[in-house]
Amino acid sequence: VAIERVCVVGAGVIGSLYAGHLTHVAEVSILTRRGEQARKLGEGGLRISGKSEFTAEVFATADPDELADADLVIVATKATQLEDAAGALAGRFPTAAVMTIQNGLGAEELVRTRGDWPLISAVTFMSGVRHDDAHVEYELDTETWLGPFAGTATHEQAQEIEALLKAAGLHARAFPDLRPAQWSKLIFNATVNTVAALTNLPHVSAFAARKEDIDLGNLVHDLMGEGKTVAAAAGVELHEDPWEMNVEACRRGETLAAEGHYAHVPSMLEDVRAGRPTEIDFITGALVREAAKHDVPVPLHMAMYRLVKARECG
Amino acid sequence: MRIAVIGCGAVGSLFAANLGTLDDVEVWAYDPWQEHVDAINANGLRLSGAGDVVGKVNATADPAALPKCELGIVATKSQHTSEAMAATAHAFGAVCSVQNGAGNEELVAEHVKEVIRGTTFPAGRVIEPGHVGWDTKGDTHIGPFEPSPAPMSAVEALAEACTRAGMPTHALSDARGAQWRKVIFNAASNAIAALTGRTHGQVAEPPTRELAWAVMAEGRAVADAQGITLDMSPEELFDHAARKDVAYGHKPSMLQDVEAGRETEIDFLNGAIVAFGERYGVDAPLNRALTALVKGRR
Repeated sequence: VAIERVCVVGAGVIGSLYAGHLTHVAEVSILTRRGEQARKLGEGGLRISGKSEFTAEVFATADPDELADADLVIVATKATQLEDAAGALAGRFPTAAVMTIQNGLGAEELVRTRGDWPLISAVTFMSGVRHDDAHVEYELDTETWLGPFAGTATHEQAQEIEALLKAAGLHARAFPDLRPAQWSKLIFNATVNTVAALTNLPHVSAFAARKEDIDLGNLVHDLMGEGKTVAAAAGVELHEDPWEMNVEACRRGETLAAEGHYAHVPSMLEDVRAGRPTEIDFITGALVREAAKHDVPVPLHMAMYRLVKARECG
Repeated sequence: MRIAVIGCGAVGSLFAANLGTLDDVEVWAYDPWQEHVDAINANGLRLSGAGDVVGKVNATADPAALPKCELGIVATKSQHTSEAMAATAHAFGAVCSVQNGAGNEELVAEHVKEVIRGTTFPAGRVIEPGHVGWDTKGDTHIGPFEPSPAPMSAVEALAEACTRAGMPTHALSDARGAQWRKVIFNAASNAIAALTGRTHGQVAEPPTRELAWAVMAEGRAVADAQGITLDMSPEELFDHAARKDVAYGHKPSMLQDVEAGRETEIDFLNGAIVAFGERYGVDAPLNRALTALVKGRR
């Protein structure tokens, strides 16, 4: 079945980047949380700048009853809003596949409680900056990785979505099993996001510095080491070494900084700066729960979890 | 007797002003802040709050102006110890550190031979040049610094003068137990508060309570490895200070430093636990993590 109609749930940075680009190849509708944002998107279209430059006409609404049927639903809310988003999907889209893109682990299981759609797990390395309700700047045009979730969908379905995303001008890669990549990103995120949130540092080269004992890079390395132990205990062979991902991201950040761009601010630091609840329960929380399940001590991640939770309390 | 206070901020001023009320002690103070020095010389050094005192103190911003003194009290922020001692060491016989954390005496001993280890509880804040608020009264514990000790007679002379001046001070043959009790307490309270923006009392509650206790357990292990017997339980003090009628709402100094964008004393608290731990073969991963996070902060 060709994918002709896509519904994107959540119009933050990532949701907007998918929705905007997909208008080139499919009929796109957007479900937002706020009616005001839906109205702005409907009136002036969705503007994408940066790596791509265009304004897309989209159908947007805050009322799920107004949504047309779709072949693919991309759930792109923050993990903290996933529960509400999944509730809005219940009883709809009988023939659609649902792709979850949340940070951390457990999004698929949560969506699963609201319907028996074929589920596609995804992680994305794209990033952008939200300028206003209807304008997102496309910053890093990196890949989205996707794969079937726990036998609910097939590798072929993931490959169709990969082809669709590529045709839309995005970068994507389908895997027969996403868990190795999902875990690589989980360990990367649990480390980089919490360290950034607590130090108020964007993802800069200090995260890879390991000259002195107390250099920040050693903490990053040790946190990733704990994460790798958990992955091994869970029987997951990582797709990429999170430390290598970190070193690479720091290097890329330095190149960007040399070109006059700002360093990447991890989303958890953005949340802390804005006084919003963070995704700590879905990221570090997921890792800590997996660790407990497999009897792996993770004292450093526990410390980071508690510090970020306390920071959220203000 | 002549005593000089090096670093006349809040804690240094508490010692200098109180000692300045004694007839038989000539008090000098060295501080680089010229307005403070001028105000002290013009009107005396004034304390208000927990006690109202005006002490006669000879203040100078020029280390060369310090006369020869039997005793010195170093009260600079820990990160300024080396610089201050290099400038003033020529004036001293014995020198006592009353600074926060561990590792200051080692730095003092690079400049003078007779060193006294000290831990002080009283606290205050500078209100204006020549005037310091005295917020908290409390005891001071001093003893010879083992690797480069001052004679016990010097320790006792200093304790006697301070106590008589209104700063109760105990001369001990081993002051490490008092010092490490405070280091362990402060390392947990200060670093967690600095990273989370919470008060001491909030740090003692979930979700950070267990972390604070784990951080203190590492500090205890490092103290044990050095053969130090703590004089009091840092955990009990932690809970005591967290009481609503004691210091629940107190913002630990490291949180104040972070909020004001100042350098912190992390190297002498959590960093010292890590460093002493390494020397004695005890790993302190949580204290290392807190040190890296606080030092990484901007």
